[in-house]
Amino acid sequence: MPDEITLSVYRGDKSGGQEVEFKVPMQTGMVVLDALHFIQAHDAPDLAVRWNCKAAHCGSCSAEINGSPKLLCKTRVDDYVGEVIHVRPMHSFPVIKDLVTDVSWNYEKLRQVPAFQPAIKAPFTLQQRDVDRIQEFRNCIECFLCQNICHVLRDHDAKDRYWGPRLMIRIAELEMHPLDTGDRLELLKGAAGVGMCNITKCCTVVCPQGIDITDNGIIPLKERVADVYWDPLGGLVRKLHK
Amino acid sequence: MSEDIAYHEYDVLVIGAGGAGLRAAIEAAEGGLKTAVLGKSLLGKAHTVMAEGGVAAALGNVDPQDGWETHFYDTMRSGHFVSDYRMAEIHAKESPDRVLELEYWGAVFDRTPEGKIMQRPFGAHTFRRLAHVGDRTGKELIRTLEQKLMTLDVDVFQEITATKLFKDQDRVAGCIAYYRDDGRFAVFTAKAVVIATGGWGKAYKVTSNSWESTGDGAALAFRAGAELADMEMVQFHPTGMTWPPGARGILVTEGVRGEGGLLFNSEGERFMEKYDPARKELSSRDVVARGIYKEVKAGRGTPHGGAWLDITHKGAAFIKRKLPGMYEQLLSLADVDITKSHFEVAPTIHYTMGGLRVEAQTGATSVPGLFAAGECAAGLHGANRLGGNSLSDILVFGRRAGAGAMEYAKNAKMPKIDGAEVQAEMQRVLAPLARTEGENPYRLHEELQEIMANHVGIERNGPSLEAGLQKMQELRERTEHMQAKGSRQFNPGWHGVFDVQNMTLLSEAILRGAIARKESRGAQWRTDFPDEMEDQGRVNYVQRLTDHGIEVRPEPVPQMPEELAALFKRGVAPGLANSARKE
Amino acid sequence: MAQTAESLQPTKRKSHSLPYWVEPTFTVVALGLFGLYTLWLVFFQSSGQFHNYLSPFFSPTESWGIKVLPAIWVLWSPLLFRATCYYYRKEIYRGFFHDPVSCAVPESRKYYFGETRFPFNWANLHRWFWYVAVIVLVFLWIDAVQAFIFNGHFGIGLGSIIMLINVSLLTAYTFSCHAFRHLIGGGSQKFSCSDGRPTTRYKWWNRVSTWNENHGTYAWVSMFFVWFTDVYIRLLMNGVIHDVRFF
Ligand SMILES: Cc1cc2nc3c(=O)[nH]c(=O)nc-3n(C[C@H](O)[C@H](O)[C@H](O)COP(=O)(O)OP(=O)(O)OC[C@H]3O[C@@H](n4cnc5c(N)ncnc54)[C@H](O)[C@@H]3O)c2cc1C
Ligand code: SF4
Ligand code: SF4
Ligand code: FES
Ligand code: FES
Repeated sequence: MPDEITLSVYRGDKSGGQEVEFKVPMQTGMVVLDALHFIQAHDAPDLAVRWNCKAAHCGSCSAEINGSPKLLCKTRVDDYVGEVIHVRPMHSFPVIKDLVTDVSWNYEKLRQVPAFQPAIKAPFTLQQRDVDRIQEFRNCIECFLCQNICHVLRDHDAKDRYWGPRLMIRIAELEMHPLDTGDRLELLKGAAGVGMCNITKCCTVVCPQGIDITDNGIIPLKERVADVYWDPLGGLVRKLHK
Repeated sequence: MSEDIAYHEYDVLVIGAGGAGLRAAIEAAEGGLKTAVLGKSLLGKAHTVMAEGGVAAALGNVDPQDGWETHFYDTMRSGHFVSDYRMAEIHAKESPDRVLELEYWGAVFDRTPEGKIMQRPFGAHTFRRLAHVGDRTGKELIRTLEQKLMTLDVDVFQEITATKLFKDQDRVAGCIAYYRDDGRFAVFTAKAVVIATGGWGKAYKVTSNSWESTGDGAALAFRAGAELADMEMVQFHPTGMTWPPGARGILVTEGVRGEGGLLFNSEGERFMEKYDPARKELSSRDVVARGIYKEVKAGRGTPHGGAWLDITHKGAAFIKRKLPGMYEQLLSLADVDITKSHFEVAPTIHYTMGGLRVEAQTGATSVPGLFAAGECAAGLHGANRLGGNSLSDILVFGRRAGAGAMEYAKNAKMPKIDGAEVQAEMQRVLAPLARTEGENPYRLHEELQEIMANHVGIERNGPSLEAGLQKMQELRERTEHMQAKGSRQFNPGWHGVFDVQNMTLLSEAILRGAIARKESRGAQWRTDFPDEMEDQGRVNYVQRLTDHGIEVRPEPVPQMPEELAALFKRGVAPGLANSARKE
Repeated sequence: MAQTAESLQPTKRKSHSLPYWVEPTFTVVALGLFGLYTLWLVFFQSSGQFHNYLSPFFSPTESWGIKVLPAIWVLWSPLLFRATCYYYRKEIYRGFFHDPVSCAVPESRKYYFGETRFPFNWANLHRWFWYVAVIVLVFLWIDAVQAFIFNGHFGIGLGSIIMLINVSLLTAYTFSCHAFRHLIGGGSQKFSCSDGRPTTRYKWWNRVSTWNENHGTYAWVSMFFVWFTDVYIRLLMNGVIHDVRFF
């Protein structure tokens, strides 16, 4: 067992930067965030990194570790024994400093989603089975790792045409709420751009909350859009049904 | 100094974007006032997001005998009767409405078979009372408030730190803050200010709290003339993680015991039967934390100085459904599968019962125009907080403080902030960056934590407290000379300077409170005064900052009116007494 | 055991996963070969029948007077069904278009419009191809039953079993479809009746959801089995091998 690990951490800001190596004494059960805290306390007091809970509850500490998007507080150092641990900021958002990126775009879009419009006043009568689906989505910690990995945003920078997986499951949790009366399908097809997703599932792979973003969120949303825009027959049946 | 400063004016300025702050802002904005919220982190990431177990509200969904009287009774008893009964009464009466309001805004709680909001048992609650969403209730709460806030016209300032409150004559006039990302300053002038900045658990090393919990708001208000109360009351949560070292202190929710988890010492004895035969594991937190502490001291601790917590008998499916976050947390951080194995827990600093002294109805502090709510305020929890009472606290009193600030602002003129004071504060804030040598904020924070652990931990005594105070005063001196390397851009070292200054101030208040209270009560356990004393039980220790330092004085605990006092005379919780009578 | 120091000795915890290009390469090779095989059938083979065994590529044989190449008559529907399948779409976008070839691997192409334009927006028609696929499935079941009837008598040959497995796999694939999962229940907002009991749609949705978890597996296995079935029958037709009769 090595008593020391090597981290190569991105240092820089808007104007650019590069990775800098640090040595950190290895401790049992250490996570990457612990190692970064050690660096802050001993070598680089101004190393910028976001974190809050250190327990994978808040979704602040998103970054890319050896190329894959992860939560710093949940990634164990001993996953990388014998390797240099490269820590870089999220790729899809502008760097503010070091590991901290500007994620304000996500909040802008969240604000644009029409809110919950309940049909009746609380208290609601809802069975657990009615809410299981939405509880899965509401388990999101807004770490934006899915937004970061989604190739539509990452490689094509199509933020003007697609709001990304986090926003899709936000819309899904509202559309699937048994008591919601809102209709967000036009938005979904239009500005939010569900059609831009090609269901290649990278978002699902990186989600630290294990939310089945594609299968349970985006695909059902695509089907809802198809209900209205690609299925006149189904539309007719539903009308008659009502 | 030529600085690019942003100036803003608001009717109501809320400092703090946790549950209390967001709820206050919603109230003021719905009342039509121009409102802003400031937070040190991104929106929705405040400390509140970490709350796990649930929110206490006497909805009576699973135990119909429950009602506000019983919730009130449980709260007062667990607070060892030094709580403000008016707050406890308002809290017990209003929490159900606040929870239902969340449901209406889109929160999705776990359900009962009848389709109502599910409620789980928790330590020292007579009935099953905690509305919850698995073990991630705080997230549901803050997310719902965040989403509600987004529908309103509220300006949200993220990642910005307030460093000083300004006054115009007697009343509060606003604050100055710096943006964490680039160090720019912003000055906020406001008719009314609500402090909702949470607790100061980070003054201790082993804590469940996030880095944000440095008590900024309480310290700022204290400096601006507001009073603190009950500062000696700092809650140890009995079950924090002990291992691995990096995870030490991270919370294991009380929900584990609520759902049936049992505590054992290294000899396999279920020791809580000794300390509280009736409630055992589900006794109040002060009792369970002391129980574990005593076992460890007696040499019956686990390898890393704690007790075993075991919930394996409930079966894997149950555990994964009811405590998914805990299962995942222990598996990923400590390699323990809690469905198959017991695991170690030890007390961890969790909550600060003390804080700004406020009026029960409105959250008003002693400074006109300045309001406070949430963990930074004192009064509701007395000597020991009940699990789940904090999330309901921040909803009930967040709303009330928002309403109080709104009423005040409606009848107030826009105050003026003195430009010279702004300049002086900017110089003070920038000074650490200019120093070529000085104390390292990380080191001082460690020293602070060491003093707190050694002198005012779970077990206290007079001489040690006095020695601690001595050290703390010396430390406070040194915090004036900290140095921060690097630039104003997102610089944690620099940010740490102000955190440490705020924490040392409040830590001194903790020590002073603990010295003043010559008895053991709730979280305050003094080996030189091991018993509860009647005379001490009639006072709260109130502190104020003067030119000569901190002054401590006893203030009488408000006395309950007859009809409330009567609830405690039957010797059994009101809900139980009523149902017994019916039978 | 719990947190004894030993159990936490750092070991290499991460299991080594395959290099990222393995999956897309597999997709390209498998689908490519399958495509070539299909083309060969379309242009060079006019039948797929060996006594009571009928190759799935050529079912149904009845063409109601429509004159096209026999293989085309049936093949368009399963091909479009699979081409618009959510699972195959993922594999195709990754393997053939490198959109993205694997997660976090940079893409070279700048131009991207997802499924918003022709031809990719046709994916939205998936449910229509599903309806057709169900009809075809009926014929395949009839064929499977036929495969157990040898000159009017019940019997079991290796071919009968292969055809039965084949149609079962196709059924599993078809009924674990995402579109079906939506249509059968996923599309509804409420899963409980007013008395709190689950709706029928909920029960179906729940069931289909569990099948749906293995949809990707069914997709590959059923495809390879169709292929295998055809090869088996073709070998019988050409007399290369002889069917084994069990009964
Ligand atoms: C792990 C854990 C589990 C818990 N579980 C439960 C539970 O199950 N039930 C329960 O009832 N309670 C629980 N609690 C307690 C409860 O979560 C907190 O007491 C409560 O959330 C405090 O809320 P708040 O709004 O007062 O403050 P916080 O949520 O702490 O928010 C403080 C806000 O103030 C901001 N702020 C601070 N300083 C400044 C500054 N200088 N300038 C600008 N902004 C500033 C911060 O950024 C933050 O937005 C738990 C606590 C922890 C740590
Ligand atoms: S499945 Fe869709 S949303 Fe998820 S990463 Fe792929 S393209 Fe993006
Ligand atoms: S869906 Fe998952 S990955 Fe995306 S923001 Fe939420 S928690 Fe993070
Ligand atoms: S610090 Fe909260 S998720 Fe990592
Ligand atoms: S999703 Fe694959 S067949 Fe429909």
